[in-house]
Amino acid sequence: MLKILKYSFYDLMRSRWSYVYFLFYLALGFVLLFLNNDLSKAVITLMNVIIVLVPLISTIFGVMYFYNSKEFTELLLAQPLKRSSIFLGQYLGVAGSLTLSLVLGLGLPFVLYGLFKSDTIWDFSLLLITGAFLTLIFVALAFNIAISNENKIKGFGYAVLLWLFLAVIYDGLFLMSLILFEEYPLDSFSLAATMFNPIDLSRTLILLKLDISALLGYTGAIFKQFFGTYTGLTVSITTLILWTVLPIWRLSYKAKRKDF
Amino acid sequence: MYKYQLHLLFFIFFMGTSLWAKTIEVCASCEVKSIKEGIALATDFDTLLIKKGTYREFNIVVDKPLTLIGENCPIIDGEDRGEIIRVVSDNVTVDGLYIINVGTSYTTDYAAIRVVKSENFLIQNVVLEKLFFGIYLERSNNGKVYHNKIIGDALDEYNSGNGIQLWYSHHVQVDRNIVQGVRDGIYLEFSDNIAINNNISTNNLRYGLHFMFSNDDVYTGNTFENNGAGVAVMFSKGIKMERNIFKRNWGTAAFGMLLKEINDAEIIGNTFEENTIGINIEGSNRIVYKNNNFISNGWAVKVLGACYTNSFINNNFLYNSFDISYNSKLNDNVFEKNYWSNYTGYDLDKDGIGDVPYRPVKLFSYVVNRTPETIILLRSMFMDIIDFSEKVSPVFTPDNLLDAMPLMKRSE
Repeated sequence: MLKILKYSFYDLMRSRWSYVYFLFYLALGFVLLFLNNDLSKAVITLMNVIIVLVPLISTIFGVMYFYNSKEFTELLLAQPLKRSSIFLGQYLGVAGSLTLSLVLGLGLPFVLYGLFKSDTIWDFSLLLITGAFLTLIFVALAFNIAISNENKIKGFGYAVLLWLFLAVIYDGLFLMSLILFEEYPLDSFSLAATMFNPIDLSRTLILLKLDISALLGYTGAIFKQFFGTYTGLTVSITTLILWTVLPIWRLSYKAKRKDF
Repeated sequence: MYKYQLHLLFFIFFMGTSLWAKTIEVCASCEVKSIKEGIALATDFDTLLIKKGTYREFNIVVDKPLTLIGENCPIIDGEDRGEIIRVVSDNVTVDGLYIINVGTSYTTDYAAIRVVKSENFLIQNVVLEKLFFGIYLERSNNGKVYHNKIIGDALDEYNSGNGIQLWYSHHVQVDRNIVQGVRDGIYLEFSDNIAINNNISTNNLRYGLHFMFSNDDVYTGNTFENNGAGVAVMFSKGIKMERNIFKRNWGTAAFGMLLKEINDAEIIGNTFEENTIGINIEGSNRIVYKNNNFISNGWAVKVLGACYTNSFINNNFLYNSFDISYNSKLNDNVFEKNYWSNYTGYDLDKDGIGDVPYRPVKLFSYVVNRTPETIILLRSMFMDIIDFSEKVSPVFTPDNLLDAMPLMKRSE
């Protein structure tokens, strides 16, 4: 598995797309900090970018990579190798390189602008951690979609739909249900609904750490009470890990049974 | 005018008498060793010169028109035993004292300096620390509270007092005071025609300045920073608020200014910066908002209901998360010639006024008003999308709530 991981990883590191992705974040970080020197404000703007773009790019890139390396995968399958290690290796290669691009691309400008001397270091690391988690989650979901669909067009369609659902439609449904049931106490419901969507969960986790959380008022206070505690943080991290592990598990399960 | 002449006459008269009045010195090595003793010895219009030192006294009653002057900041230590100075006579001046350790009580409002049913008082250059209530004016008119420093250490609202409190007192000037760390910095109840200028009220538990049932008051050039809420104006008429600064009143229940049942007020040239809610308005009518700056607030203006015939003219709304929040479909308020940093229109005829009207109410803020829990979707992509669609064609927000003449450049 490690060999395949290494191969996928180096293959991607050499590819143009990783560089483009890396350079994009590098440029974004520098431009943001150039336009306003305030690290904490840059964190808010970055959050907006990260919770939308990271899932989108991870999904598309994951599906693309899977379909592109199909021939290579089939070659590997002919070798005496465990199936799960082939797919997991590829998965970790893609997810790893994307995460690395993200962390380095955003990390470098912030470090250069004096991140270590500022108090926003924890907010920023939380931002990177959730960004990394989002990458892991969405690449895994993309691999799942790709392995279940032979048809590339269909696969891409589903991948984009998945992103659209989690990034936009889910919030719409969430909002509708909040308004529909406004006469009922909605605190635990909204907590649970946030937990079920990794994008919402990441957004909430970051928002609560920032100054802007004062705008959340009473609801924010309840969320803060939950996420601020040890259990709350554990639960949310566990949820993120579950979101990562479950698709990976399904991927290896599918891979074992799939007839190539 | 006649009244002023009378004042002047009185003033000259008192000036005249004070020429013959004697000065009593109070200090540890003087003949007169305590302030109480000094007051007992003094006759009307005498001056008590209190020299440097510590005087452990409380319940000092000033019952004659005297001038109490502290030399080199003498300390009056109340040892937490109750009220310290009570003025019950007209024409009293208290100047340059350093008063500490006012007693705390749950039944009596002990104050460092209390003025009761007196006229023409002057309290200046006084420093108050470790207090319950600071300067308490009770049914006292035509006085001045000038250049005092009140530094409290209040932790809870229920067992702390106010810095400067006016109760049924009219025509008083409150000028250049510094108030911090008390419950309400300055509190007015049933007090009309008060002028509150150039004070700095910071870090107070509740409000920087608080009006209750007080009419025709003016406050200008004050700074309110980091209070529970900057200024609360409640159940009052004809208040003028000009050139004040409301800054960093930030927290889940913090406001720059809170208006409740206010009619016919003028709010001109103020700056609201980094408050959770710049102005929170409830049941307030015929108010003019002019030339104010709203900068980086969560909500610049939050209108809760029953607010009619207000006008917002020539204000700057810069980088607020929400410019206006509004909870009803009915709108009777006018927005005209404001500058909105979120405005994306154009100005083809180059007259400085945008050709496309600006709609300051976002759909999201409307939704949040209806169902507060939805605020959790703050900064989600879905909200940006529906805000955009609402901006293009309003469905939920009142369609006449718009600035038909948005400025292209910041108004100065």
